[in-house]
Amino acid sequence: MSGVPLSYLHAAGQRADTILPLTWFTLIVSILVCIIIAALLWSGVRRARTGGGAAETRAVTVEPGADGGRWISLGLLISAVPLLATLIWTMVAIAATSGPPAHPGLTLDVTGHQWWWEVRYGATEPDQSFETANEIHIPVGVPVLIRLHGGDVIHSFWVPALTGKTDTIPGQTNFSWIEARQPGRYRGQCTEYCGSQHAHMGLEVVAQPPADFERWRAAQLLPARAPRTSAEQRGLAVVEYRCGLCHEVRGTQAGALAAPDLTHLMSRRTLAAGLLPNTPGNLVGWIENAQDIKPGALMPNQALTGEQLTDVQAYLESLQ
Amino acid sequence: MRAVDFRSPTIGSDSPEHAARLERLWESSRGLKGFLGTVDHKQIGIRYIITAFIFLALGGIEALLMRLQLAGPNLSLLTPEQYNELFSTHGMTMIFLYASPILSGFSNYLWPLLLGSRDMAFPRLNALSYWIYLASGIFLYVGFLTGNGPNDGWFNYVPYAARDYNPGLNEDFYSLGMVFLGISTTIGAANFIVTALRTRAPGMSLNRLPILIWGTLTASAANLVVVPAVSLAFFMLWLDRQFGTHFFDPAGGGQPLLWQHLFWIFGHPWVYAIVLPAMGMVSQGLPVFCRRPLVGYAIVALSTVATMVLGFGVWVHHMFATGLPGLGLSFFSGASIAIVFPSAVAVFAWLATIWLGRPVITTAFLYFSSMILMFVVGGVSGFMTASVPVDWQLTDTYFVVAHIHYVLIGINVFPVLGAVYYWFPKMTGRMMDERLGRWNFWITFIGFNLAFLPMHVTGLLGMPRRVYTYPDGMGWDSLNLITTIGSFVLAAGILLFLFNVLKSLRSGAIADANPWDAPTLEWSVPSPPPPYNFAVIPTVASRYPLWEGRLGGRGSATSLDRGMLLESGKETVATSSMDATPDMIVEMPEDTTAPFALSIGTAVLFVGLLLKTWTVAVIGLLLLSAATLVWLWPRRELREREARP
Repeated sequence: MSGVPLSYLHAAGQRADTILPLTWFTLIVSILVCIIIAALLWSGVRRARTGGGAAETRAVTVEPGADGGRWISLGLLISAVPLLATLIWTMVAIAATSGPPAHPGLTLDVTGHQWWWEVRYGATEPDQSFETANEIHIPVGVPVLIRLHGGDVIHSFWVPALTGKTDTIPGQTNFSWIEARQPGRYRGQCTEYCGSQHAHMGLEVVAQPPADFERWRAAQLLPARAPRTSAEQRGLAVVEYRCGLCHEVRGTQAGALAAPDLTHLMSRRTLAAGLLPNTPGNLVGWIENAQDIKPGALMPNQALTGEQLTDVQAYLESLQ
Repeated sequence: MRAVDFRSPTIGSDSPEHAARLERLWESSRGLKGFLGTVDHKQIGIRYIITAFIFLALGGIEALLMRLQLAGPNLSLLTPEQYNELFSTHGMTMIFLYASPILSGFSNYLWPLLLGSRDMAFPRLNALSYWIYLASGIFLYVGFLTGNGPNDGWFNYVPYAARDYNPGLNEDFYSLGMVFLGISTTIGAANFIVTALRTRAPGMSLNRLPILIWGTLTASAANLVVVPAVSLAFFMLWLDRQFGTHFFDPAGGGQPLLWQHLFWIFGHPWVYAIVLPAMGMVSQGLPVFCRRPLVGYAIVALSTVATMVLGFGVWVHHMFATGLPGLGLSFFSGASIAIVFPSAVAVFAWLATIWLGRPVITTAFLYFSSMILMFVVGGVSGFMTASVPVDWQLTDTYFVVAHIHYVLIGINVFPVLGAVYYWFPKMTGRMMDERLGRWNFWITFIGFNLAFLPMHVTGLLGMPRRVYTYPDGMGWDSLNLITTIGSFVLAAGILLFLFNVLKSLRSGAIADANPWDAPTLEWSVPSPPPPYNFAVIPTVASRYPLWEGRLGGRGSATSLDRGMLLESGKETVATSSMDATPDMIVEMPEDTTAPFALSIGTAVLFVGLLLKTWTVAVIGLLLLSAATLVWLWPRRELREREARP
């Protein structure tokens, strides 16, 4: 099942590990119940010696028949066993998964927006905190607490291989936490209907060995690299007065917080919340035609001249 | 009070003169006035059924469009907005405009016949509840057809439904339409409760109540309690949207979660309200084809009530992912697991009835018995979502879509189709074609399961709900294609069903009073029944009046031919609620267009509110008040008189 990105019949981290056996247990019990009832029903119906319509029905005389009440009691008695087992297991699993870890190794703030994820790595020192979008990096083997905030409407944070769903609700802070066993990329998705682009609100959790994670974090902390070529220089100017109305590129005049932070755009694997691989072609296409690619998204189509577009592309591609 | 107010009913037997006299008293007038003014529960019931089937067809077409869009990855047959309005309208239509009204239709038609009465307790309210249902359904669909359909799902979560994120009229249509429809549900529920408790035939004590009645009675009691919650929620949403209140607005100190609580404290009991009456249909019809009484009548009736009571304590299982504390969730998890017990009672009772009876396979039997299996599939998937940690993974994926369709199609549509086959002869005087019926059954059964069984796997593989498209490479492609094919097969089965209805209506074999040799009172009157139902009010002595003498015991004690004549006006008898001893002659109202006029007035009022055009609203209010005044104008002939034996 690991080849199916959002399958929850595959677990790769502590919280999902606790849930998975219970999922399998209830699933198998359910399938068995269906098979048993289907067999009972089929063999009961097969006893019918007649079939047809009203005349055939009337031809069979009515009889009081056996009382049969004890079959109901027996059925209930047998049902009680898996139900009770599920109840107990559920309570144990709730206890194991419902409280956030007491000593998280890392705490993040994730905010659900129409239709992208804001990810903030906060720290007590302002210069140690930074923001990114749609891609969450975590160190392997460390419990990570995620504080969930609602930016506009309700969304739901879900990374099936690591954890079940928790809603992001405006006006309240919810908690989720993840702990990955192995390095890897784990796909997530918004699962609470949130408007026209609910379908395209993906995210990715990248679990890395702690050393790699620290390197990544250090790189993210840096401000945007200064332009080196004249094309990049011209691109920056366009980015500042066009993109900067919504986006931030730290270290430049583009400082708005309404859309994904672009400071290290090229370090991310996808564009538009998991919709497109982050390739030069897709990047240009997205800037020009966001509304055709993701209709209703808050990113308007940018009517840039060909020259401007080339410059912007040159600059954005420098944002490693 | 004057002595003339007291009168003892005449006891006698049916005769042609008596029948002719009742016919004159009870017959609806012809023409438009009769059409708009009838209060006959049978006509109203059939209107409910036809209207609900039209909405089923509309909801079905919406579903097929969505299935085309989802047949493969990255299709763009529909825009996101179109898809989102379609799935929201599909939910609204199926849940509010089909699933509940279809059951009200059957109950309206059947109850007085099952109970040995001449009409519902409040015939004019009955007419009103239909007209309001129709008017609110049209109101909601005018929204949809003008591009203002609901677009936030049938559950309509805030803040997405708030004006900031949803500036069009869509949510205003939906909010006001739901308040509007709630009026119909509420008065319908009150009518059912009083009808069941006060207008049963003498001798039909509660323990002799036909099992069908228990489902709708329980559901009606629940509706009276929970519909106000959702009407209030929608009204508050409308105030938030149009008048700047902050019930759900976190920026103004409101609570988005308040909406979810108000909605689901209604929504979950509502699920039971639209399945319990349908389960009642199976409990009523299945034993007839097993040629024996239902196994465990008492425990099945009690478990119906128990399901509903527990059903009030499970609403939070729709909200397991909202961040509520684990301890609180565990209670709702426990209740949601416990509710399996009363539901399982019905399953075991039906299985035992089949095993201990001598089943005869008819189309109705096939629908009723196959429902048992689909009930179990929908039940166990519900049981899985009851476990909080499992639900954190399952919720809002296609697993839950599969679950709700097994519940709503398996436990509502299949029994309803079976019920049409079973009661069609009573309603029309003609039998439905059984050969076509078999084709019809197998095509719907195979189509349904082909569409929705694989959908469980789609869910387990993580496909989220309410997405207008999905990428490839997720493992969902072929499963979705299978579901799309299955949904079209199911639609073909429903088309064949409609064809069979029309064909049988024209040329079906003529049915006598009791073609299936069934045990309950509706089969003691001609098919179709006369407008007054019963020429003499029956006196009931057992649970299965028409099977007396064949089930052992004292033999035949129910009196069908001799009883109260009640022919000095449109009259029926009211009886005490537990033992059904007669205590009052009830004068039933004549046909009146007041309910129709009242519903028109209410519709005008709601249009005025929608457009915030206060003159229109005031005109509606005046019209509504005038109709109410005409309705309530005191009339000497409607006094109630006590019966003294």
